[in-house]
Amino acid sequence: MSTVDNKNGNTERKVMIRVSGLKKKYRLGKIGARTLQGAIKEWRSRDKNSDAKAPSAKTNRNKEFYALDGIDLTVYKGETLGILGKNGAGKSTLLKILCRITAPTEGTVDLYGHITSMLEVGTGFHGEMTGRENIYLNGAILGMTKAEIDEKMDDIIAFSGLEEFIDTPVKRYSSGMFVKLGFSVAYHLDSEIVIMDEVLAVGDVEFQKKCINCLLDAANNDIRTVLYVSHNMNTIRQLCKRCIVLDKGKIIFEGDVDQAIAVYLGSEAVMPSEMKYGPEHRSKDYQRMRARDVFSLDSFRLLNRKEPVFPTSGEAEFELAYTAAKEIKNVGFRIQLQYQDGSRIASSLPGNLVDILPGENKIKLTLPLTHLTYGRYTADIVVYQLDAGGIERRIDAVSPGFTFQIESAHDKDDYSKWNQQKMGAIRLLDSKVESLPES
Amino acid sequence: MIEQDNSYHITLVPNDKSARLNLGEVWQYRDLVVLLTKRTFTVTYQQTVLGPLWIIINPVLSSLIYMFVFGHIADIGTAGIPQILFYFVSSAVWEIFAFSLTRNSQTFVANAYLFSKVYFPRICVPISNMIVSILKFLIQLLIVAVLLVTFVVRGDVSPMWALYPLLPLLFLQMAVFGMSVGVLISSVTTKYRDLLAVVNVLVNLWMYGSAVVYPISSIPDGVMKTLVKINPVSEMMELIRMIMLGQGEFDLVYYLAGLGITILMFFFSIIIFNRVERTFADTV
Repeated sequence: MSTVDNKNGNTERKVMIRVSGLKKKYRLGKIGARTLQGAIKEWRSRDKNSDAKAPSAKTNRNKEFYALDGIDLTVYKGETLGILGKNGAGKSTLLKILCRITAPTEGTVDLYGHITSMLEVGTGFHGEMTGRENIYLNGAILGMTKAEIDEKMDDIIAFSGLEEFIDTPVKRYSSGMFVKLGFSVAYHLDSEIVIMDEVLAVGDVEFQKKCINCLLDAANNDIRTVLYVSHNMNTIRQLCKRCIVLDKGKIIFEGDVDQAIAVYLGSEAVMPSEMKYGPEHRSKDYQRMRARDVFSLDSFRLLNRKEPVFPTSGEAEFELAYTAAKEIKNVGFRIQLQYQDGSRIASSLPGNLVDILPGENKIKLTLPLTHLTYGRYTADIVVYQLDAGGIERRIDAVSPGFTFQIESAHDKDDYSKWNQQKMGAIRLLDSKVESLPES
Repeated sequence: MIEQDNSYHITLVPNDKSARLNLGEVWQYRDLVVLLTKRTFTVTYQQTVLGPLWIIINPVLSSLIYMFVFGHIADIGTAGIPQILFYFVSSAVWEIFAFSLTRNSQTFVANAYLFSKVYFPRICVPISNMIVSILKFLIQLLIVAVLLVTFVVRGDVSPMWALYPLLPLLFLQMAVFGMSVGVLISSVTTKYRDLLAVVNVLVNLWMYGSAVVYPISSIPDGVMKTLVKINPVSEMMELIRMIMLGQGEFDLVYYLAGLGITILMFFFSIIIFNRVERTFADTV
């Protein structure tokens, strides 16, 4: 067994996971016949190929798709690997196979260490049992022996910060407490490989920080290997040193975290200079709102550029077409910006309110982009009416209203020295320095 | 669990059809089995007034019903054993088998969520259910002991004390057989749930074919008797009663055949179970 790839003394890195040619096939449509009757029907339709009664069942049968389509991956000891990909790209399937919840269809996976799966924390918790009893049960499910749990019980309770509630049935816990307890148990396993699927998304900020720091420590000390799936680019950036991007069951990128994030976001966002708004641009709440019958934004068209790419301190001019059922006075347009990683970073309030005319009309909006640094942004447009009492009533909102990019300006105003990772997306006005006379 | 174990290595391969028992892995997870067993007791009797007393009340009630229906109305004999003792022992022993079977027939369906989130040898769940059935029986044995002493003192029964050490093995066989059938049903029902709907009816029917409410000696020789004796549960039941209560019509050949069936069934069901568990998450 060669668990060591590179036998050059110091640089030798131990392979923890080796995945080769991994494929996982699923059938589309109903998975498996659920009743005996169904199976008999299926068997009969298969038997009589010419049987016209069940052609749909037959075509459905043959529709198979690969959730994973030839994955090759090696993960070394002490690595923190981020896994990015859209919904349905195969992330969860990959984790499920690594955690041995389901078997691969083709290919092999070699695991050179024990795995803790945190596809969900607190798996197997039973509401009727106390926190302490659940620690035992959950620990055992995750593979600990009772002696090991006994030994770590105090640490687990201390880490969770739930000393007071530990002998209360967990059905009385808040969801946050539940997660804390679950994470604490999982974290105290001695397994060499930890697999996490966005479990850190829950729990309060303080606890999240604690979790990330602990995992980072463990990974830095080469104790643990962490595989982390998340849609939260911030935690990925904090935690991971290497990333893979999955798309349609294949690895489309492997390597540096920032590049991976760019690839991932790039594969997602499109930047049209014209777009029509439909239901997909509106949240469910707005689709239900009665105001939608009175006013709705119809389309967006960029005016001052061909492509929505702007220099730093540029200006975006665009027109919005709308349909209004009646005249609406005092209408404002607020533009809310998100950075490419999904974080909300800035908003622009309307400098003036307009009166909306009934029928199909257009308005022109000018949005100064001062202070934004290089990167891709999406803008949500919120339309509201300011009523006589000074209260804002939303009448429409589109998300994303449009997507644009700020070009990197290499030459002027020190933008080239701007490091987004450390400095963020917004550049405040320059500070002034004066030397004070000696007192 | 492990001290940076350098030799640890497992390979996950496509769904092969090889037969594996994986019982070694179960041993590693033995604490889980214990905790699952504990959980079943905690959860079952939480928020009940009488709590674990139900373990005793249930067979007492059913033996009273049997006494009335089969003893008085149908007037089926009990081979000279006092009725309450006969029915109580029979129904308690039957419960080992029946509980083990019905409870385990739900394994995959009842634990679908847990099984799709974390890996552990799934067979731990059926094994723990089987242990629950035995533990419940041990509690019921307290009542049996009281009844037995009473009737022995009165001279109504003369147990075969010398063979008492064999009893634990027979109880275990009962539980293992019930588990095997249950596990097999649970493996089949991941795909076809039909069977689950009839499990209870099936178990009831099985009881009437298992010499629970009548001794084998009360059936006239013929096809019916042979059928009852082929059923491994009948012979176990009869043997247990013969040792415990001193009366029974025991046939070694049929018993050994039943033992063989139990062992085969055990291995067969676990192999099928292990095969199903590998892709179970895709079918629920």
